[in-house]
Order: sequence, then C-alpha cells, then structure tokens
Amino acid sequence: MMKPLGATGLIMNEPLLWEGGKKGRRGFSMPARDVESFPLKSDILGEGPDFPDLSEVDVIRHYTRLSQWNFGIDAGMYPLGSCTMKYNPKINEKLAALPGFASAHPLLPPLLSQGTLELMFDLENYLAEITGMDAVTLQPAAGAHGELTGMLLIHAYHKEQGSSRSKIIVPDTAHGTNPASAALCGFRPVPVKSNEKGVLSPEAVREIMDEETAGIMITNPNTLGLFEENIVEIAKIVHAKGGLVYGDGANMNAIMGIVDMGKIGFDIMHLNLHKTFSTPHGGGGPGSGPLCVKSHLEPFLPAPRVIEKKGKFFLSDEFPHSIGKVHAFYGNFGVMVKAYSYIRTMGPSLKRASQLAVLNANYIKETLKGTYDLPYDRPCMHECVFSDRLQEPQKVTTLDIAKRLMDYGFHPPTIYFPLVVHGAIMIEPTETESKEDIDRFVEALKTIAKEAEETPELLLKAPRNCKVTRLDETMAARKPCLAG
Amino acid sequence: MRFLPHTDEDVASMLRAVGLKDMDSLFSTIPSDCRRKEDLNLPEALSEWELTDRMNKLASSVAVFPEHRVFIGAGSYEHFIPESVFHLLSRSEFVTSYTPYQPEMSQGTLQAIYEYQTLAARLLGMDVANASLYDGATALAEALLMALRITKKKKVVLSSLIHPLYRRVVRTYLGPSGVAIEELPYGKDGKTDLSSIDGMEDCAALAIQSPNFFGSIENLREAAELAHGNKALLITAFTEPLAYALIKNPGGEGADIACGEAQSLGIPRSFGGPGLGMFAASTKHVRNMPGRLVGKTLDRDGKPGFVLTLATREQHIRREKATSNICTNNSLCALASTMYMASLGGTGIRELARLNYDKSEYLKGQLKRAGFPIPFTGPTFNEFIVEFPEGFESTYKQLLKQKIVAGLPLAPWYPELYNHYLLCVTETASKDDLDALVREVKS
Repeated sequence: MMKPLGATGLIMNEPLLWEGGKKGRRGFSMPARDVESFPLKSDILGEGPDFPDLSEVDVIRHYTRLSQWNFGIDAGMYPLGSCTMKYNPKINEKLAALPGFASAHPLLPPLLSQGTLELMFDLENYLAEITGMDAVTLQPAAGAHGELTGMLLIHAYHKEQGSSRSKIIVPDTAHGTNPASAALCGFRPVPVKSNEKGVLSPEAVREIMDEETAGIMITNPNTLGLFEENIVEIAKIVHAKGGLVYGDGANMNAIMGIVDMGKIGFDIMHLNLHKTFSTPHGGGGPGSGPLCVKSHLEPFLPAPRVIEKKGKFFLSDEFPHSIGKVHAFYGNFGVMVKAYSYIRTMGPSLKRASQLAVLNANYIKETLKGTYDLPYDRPCMHECVFSDRLQEPQKVTTLDIAKRLMDYGFHPPTIYFPLVVHGAIMIEPTETESKEDIDRFVEALKTIAKEAEETPELLLKAPRNCKVTRLDETMAARKPCLAG
Repeated sequence: MRFLPHTDEDVASMLRAVGLKDMDSLFSTIPSDCRRKEDLNLPEALSEWELTDRMNKLASSVAVFPEHRVFIGAGSYEHFIPESVFHLLSRSEFVTSYTPYQPEMSQGTLQAIYEYQTLAARLLGMDVANASLYDGATALAEALLMALRITKKKKVVLSSLIHPLYRRVVRTYLGPSGVAIEELPYGKDGKTDLSSIDGMEDCAALAIQSPNFFGSIENLREAAELAHGNKALLITAFTEPLAYALIKNPGGEGADIACGEAQSLGIPRSFGGPGLGMFAASTKHVRNMPGRLVGKTLDRDGKPGFVLTLATREQHIRREKATSNICTNNSLCALASTMYMASLGGTGIRELARLNYDKSEYLKGQLKRAGFPIPFTGPTFNEFIVEFPEGFESTYKQLLKQKIVAGLPLAPWYPELYNHYLLCVTETASKDDLDALVREVKS
C-alpha cells in the first residue's frame, strides 16, 4: 500500500466577498484629481453598483485563501484526458506581460506595432509547419471557436462552389463541441459509429457520405487515444463526393513531427494552444484555437490577416472571399505570446515531447491493464481509456474512483467521456510527468482498486481531504442560485 | 530540455515495460503513408536567456504608455491596474488549473466565478451573469443568437453605432443562418436614430450600444419601450462598462440581455485579447443562456460550496441541441476583473468613473476652446468625436513621431466622417498630457 501524497493542511474558511469589508475602505491608489468636476445631467446619472469596499490587504487575503482551495498542475499531476494538462513554463508568463505586448492597443498604426505583428506572422508559419497545412488564422479564441470558424469556412467554400450542403458527419467518439459547432452553421450532424477496434471504418463513412454532405469532422488521434488509421482512405471517400475533411486537433500533442496532417487528407483543422502549446488553462480560459487550412481554403480565412512587405508587417483586409471576422480584434494575442515562446524554446524537439507523451500513456496503459478494464487493448497514442467494469461487483463506480484519487493527491482523469465507453476513465499524463510521478499515480490507482474490494466505503465517502465533500449538483440545477 | 524529465534510463525501462524496442515502435499503429518523413523545420531551440532577448526586441518596437501617449479607446481601454491584482492573478493555483469539473478540488475558482457573476450582475443591473464569454463581439453575437432562439423570429435590428468590428463579427456569425440584419443610422446628436426603424414585427431583438462607438450615452429606456412594444428583446452592448458606475445601468433601463467587453475592468489590452465577454440576462431567460454558470449548493455534510450548473444547456450533454458551442469561459480574465472591482469597491469605482468622465470633458472643452468643432453634442463617457481641419493627416503623422497618437481616424468605418477622430481619455492621462495634446494638434 502506498502512502498517499494527499495530506491535510491548514486552509481557511473565507466568506463571500460582500460579506466582508467596510464602507470607506479602498484597495486602489486613486490618481489625484487635476481637473475640475463637470456637470452631469440627472436623467443619465445612475446610482453606482452595490460593491463592498475593501482594503488591499482584504483583497489579497481573500483571494489567496480562495486560491488555496484549488489544485493546479504546479501542485501535482493533472491527467485529464483530451485536455493536455502539461506544465506551463514560467518565463512565458513574464514575456506575455512585457509592456510592449501587454499594453499594446490593437488599433495602433501598424508601423507602431511591428513586434506584435511579426510575432503573429512567425507563429502562423510555425503552426503551418507543425501541422503540414498551408495557411493559419489566429483569430479563434478557443478550440470550439476554431471549430465554429472552420464550419463557417466549409459553409463559405461550398457556397462558392455553388452548392448548398446540409449535413456534416461526426463520429460517436467526438467531443460535444463538434456537433454543437456544426449546428451553429446550420449543418445537421450525422453520427457515424466507430468499429470494434475503436476507429472509423471506410465502409461506415462510404455508406453515409453523399453530395448533400459538406464534410466530416474527425478528431485524430481520437478521444479513445487511438490513431484513425483509415484516415487516408476516408479522406478519399469524402473528397470524391466533393466534401471536406475537418480535423479537431485537440489531440495534436501525440503526433507533432510524427504525422503531417496536410498530407493525410485534412483540408482544415484547429489547434488548441492551451493544450499542445503549453499555455495555461487558467481555470477555464483564456485559450486560443488557431485554424490551419490547405491553400484551397485560404481565401476564406477571417480578416484582417498579417502580411509582410519588404520586411515590414501590415494588417490587410483585402480578402474578398473572407468569411469576415470571429473576434473583435485578432484573437487572444496574450496567449499567442506564450505559445510562440514555447515553440521557440522547444524548437524541433517538439517531436520528442510527442514521443514522451505517447510513451507515458502506453506505460500507464500497460501497468494498469488487468487492474482496470481496458476496452480497447491496442497501442495508444497520448491517452488511454479504462472503464469501471471490473469494479462493478463491488458497486463502486468511476465517479468513486475519481473522487478517491483526490485523497491520494492527484487530480482525477476525465470521466464518463468518451460516451462510447461506459464509465470511461480517460487518462492523459502528458510528457512533462516523470516516471516517478507516473509510478506513484499508477500505484495510487492500484491501491484504490484494492480498496474497492476490501473497504469500498473509503471510495464511496471520498474525497475526505478536500475543502468540501461531494456536492449536491441536482439541488444546484433544480433551484439555481447564481448570484449573491 | 527542462520540461522533459525523462532520462535515457527512464525511457529504456519504460519501453521495456511496454514491450517495445524503440520510440518509433510506439507509433506502429500509424500507417507508413501517414508518417512524416522529414524533421520539423523550426528554428533551433533557444535558451531562456536567448528567448528573453528575442522577446524584448519584439516588444520594445511597440508604442505603449508611458513613453507614448495613445489617445485611442474604441473597445480597448488603458486604465491603471493595481499590482495586487497582477500578484493574485499569478498564483498558480488559479493559473494552472482546468475548468472546474471536479468541484471538490476547485472551490477557489468556483467561488471566485460566483463572485464575478454577482459583481457583473450588480454592475449591469441584471439578474444573472454567466461565467463569461470570449470577448465583447462574440458576446453580442451570442446574445443575438439567444434572442433568435427565444423569439423564434428571423430578423435583428442593430444600431450603426455598435462597434463596427462587433457588427462585422455578428454578420459573420449570422451569415449561414439567413437571418436578416437591419442597421439603424445615427442622428445629429451622435445617438442611434430609433425613429428610422423599418418595421419591427418579425424582429427578434433590437441591439444598441451605450456608451456607443462615438462615446455617446444612448436613451436605452426609449429603445426598451420600442423593442418590448414589438415583442422583441432589447440587447444592450458595451465596450466600457466602467461607465455604469456613474450612469444608469442597462438592467434598470429595461435591457433583456446586457453584453459586451469588460477588458477595461482590470485586464491589460494585450493587442486586443484576451479580453472578457461579459454577459447577463434576466432570470426568465437563464435556461437559454450560452456559456458556463456557477451555482451555490451544499455538500454531504451540509457545508456550502459551488458547482458548475445547468449543464443541460451545454454541448457535452446536449451536443447539437446545445444553446451554444462554447466550452470555456475566459476564466482568468473574469477573475482579474473581480479582483479589480473588489479593489475599487463601490465607493472607489464611482469615484474613478467620475474622474474619467471629468478628464474627457476637460479635453473636450479645451479642444472646443481651441477652435475644433465637437460635432455631436449629447453627453459622452471617456470618448468623444472631434473634427480636425482639412489636411490634419500630416499633423497626425507628425505627432506619431512625437509619440502622441491623437485618436482614431473614423473615415475607414464612417466614410462621411472624414477628418473626424475618436478620442479617448482615462485616468491615466494627466491634465498636462491633455494640455500638451491640445497644444500639439493646434500647432
């Protein structure tokens, strides 16, 4: 039995912001008033918001205490499948905060913002090289935003071809954002089942692909952590009927420098800079979801685009076929700085990162196989998916296993996804976890499996070491209390 | 490589454990015609110190405060941000965590978002705010989609004084749906001309920005009456929510949805992103709202806690029937704005808003006195339009050399407003800066 990493320390209860403070306090250094006060008509004058007044110390203590109730990658392993919770390099935060980047106004004349434009121009080129695509837009602010932008491009492409197509093929292993993004563009998602090997078969695609179908959305490697090995043939089937192949690049961390996505049939794909390129997730954003395309889709990319003329950089709106704009300005530039810094730090050894990510996942798969049910026992990419089938006789579920992992000092894996695996436990270690950390994680899961047999109440009552025990989500949804 | 902990010995023993002879065999399930033959053609890796040099070089070529005086707002505002906010925001418990799917380990993020939702709702005078969206433009597009869902109608009416780039995003989002978009012209007072409306009967929403792109404060109550009289929703957009610490808020004036960009509340400009899409609505529409929501509940021991809630609206359950495809919020930016609003407090935010108003009124008055027409006479907040004389472009260019950016030329977006510039003043400009600007544009 291993000694859990998880221990209890002193954390503090902290009331809601407005339950503290006192009228007349302030945590802000107000600039001196050097102009007179001008009249303001009473018909537009409001009352001002009911905010608490707090000192700087009040604010610092409040949010420091709140932060201590959280778990982040810097505290320990965070193996959320399909989320790529790799280490976030610290220097990148400092660089993104350089005044020339952080204080830059987006509408500065281009000659006064050469550095920001050059960085975007170079980053687009690096991402094109890594994916094997021809052109890139950095405008989408997140992965799902990249998907939506991609669907808008596919819509525009078919319109230009003079055809209106109403359907998109989406595999059953896809993330929920895929069908939701397609539906936003008026496409009807048509599901296709993966085969007994956990991948798409060409036959299944051939059966439903027709000239009413705009294309297919494929996550490769897919959410079972498996490489869609029939991709070349599937792309041929879709292209033969005039459709386009969209790649959800959420899992690109497995194949950098290994697979050229442009050569295997993808017309268009998005990346998640906050997954593959190490920018922090920030508790749920901001992210960045660049969209990469082959040259036949380049005219449709959002504008403005960064162009280079004689060593100077400009923003150009002269793209008459552009779909328009998906972000007020150019996307999440602050996130781009961090991804650029990561790529410049890694250089060609990005390939090594992918190799080690895949090695770590396969190592976990091999060492936990037998302890937990492995529905698709094949070499995996960057993540592997188990289920709770072997624990069923003890009436212990995936949720219980996940919660018990917290007591051992680990963030749980992604659970109950992908939907094709009942009680899925989806583990993505990433390349930044060392062998020792992975061994400890494996040991914890093995211990939990044993506990499930001998002392299942330990799992059912977990977590015990967190600020709260399991929360009543039904009550939260039935009687929503969304503001104080 | 300092982020890759594996030694050669680790790799060898792990390969042995998985029964493979080398790294390449890890990828045996990838057919050979899918394998990349050549290495990645990327620049060689830089050390931390080389990278810092490179980035300093890039960053130092950009014109920023305080060396440059940039009098541009137009959806991206310069305000002082307390160091305490940056400090708190750098705590890795906040920065390096994921969306709070496992609430027991994420109570810090969850309570902070609940506080954000509360402060945002109070600032806007609305019932419920979500956990935030990407930015102001996409928040407006999502608001229009929400109104189309609720009313099941096929047309929207937008003020032409909504930020031009926001309107472009809206057209892009609504393009495939075939929804009709009518734009309302503006009047001589620099406000939307509501009288020009061309039939509202099939209209899902009337969207209006206040303060609008010209900085003018709109008559939202009148807009609400018009929208509601025609069974349409009133959507109010904004780019500078600090205004609502001083002027009437959208909720009190009858808005059904209030949405916009909240970068001005404690978030650096960062060349336009990340910002903060602030989004709020009335309670009766909450189940049609896009985006994440945090709610209060109890744990098994009866202790209060917070969870993500109303997930049945969202894509991981509803898939193609979801209210939106949005899967993240701009959580860290929402957190920054909460810390910023908390630092100011109710008293401080009102004082700051007043100071901003007075500074821009001062500049407006000084320019007027110097002989530059202020074409629109209605009240404004932080931003206003000034007409400079024929041939001002060369003065503008000259001023750039003196590190002054004298506003934003409006002609690219409003061709009829040739020689008109949108100027922005916040608390970061001193009276001396403003006097210098007036002196320089006059010369």
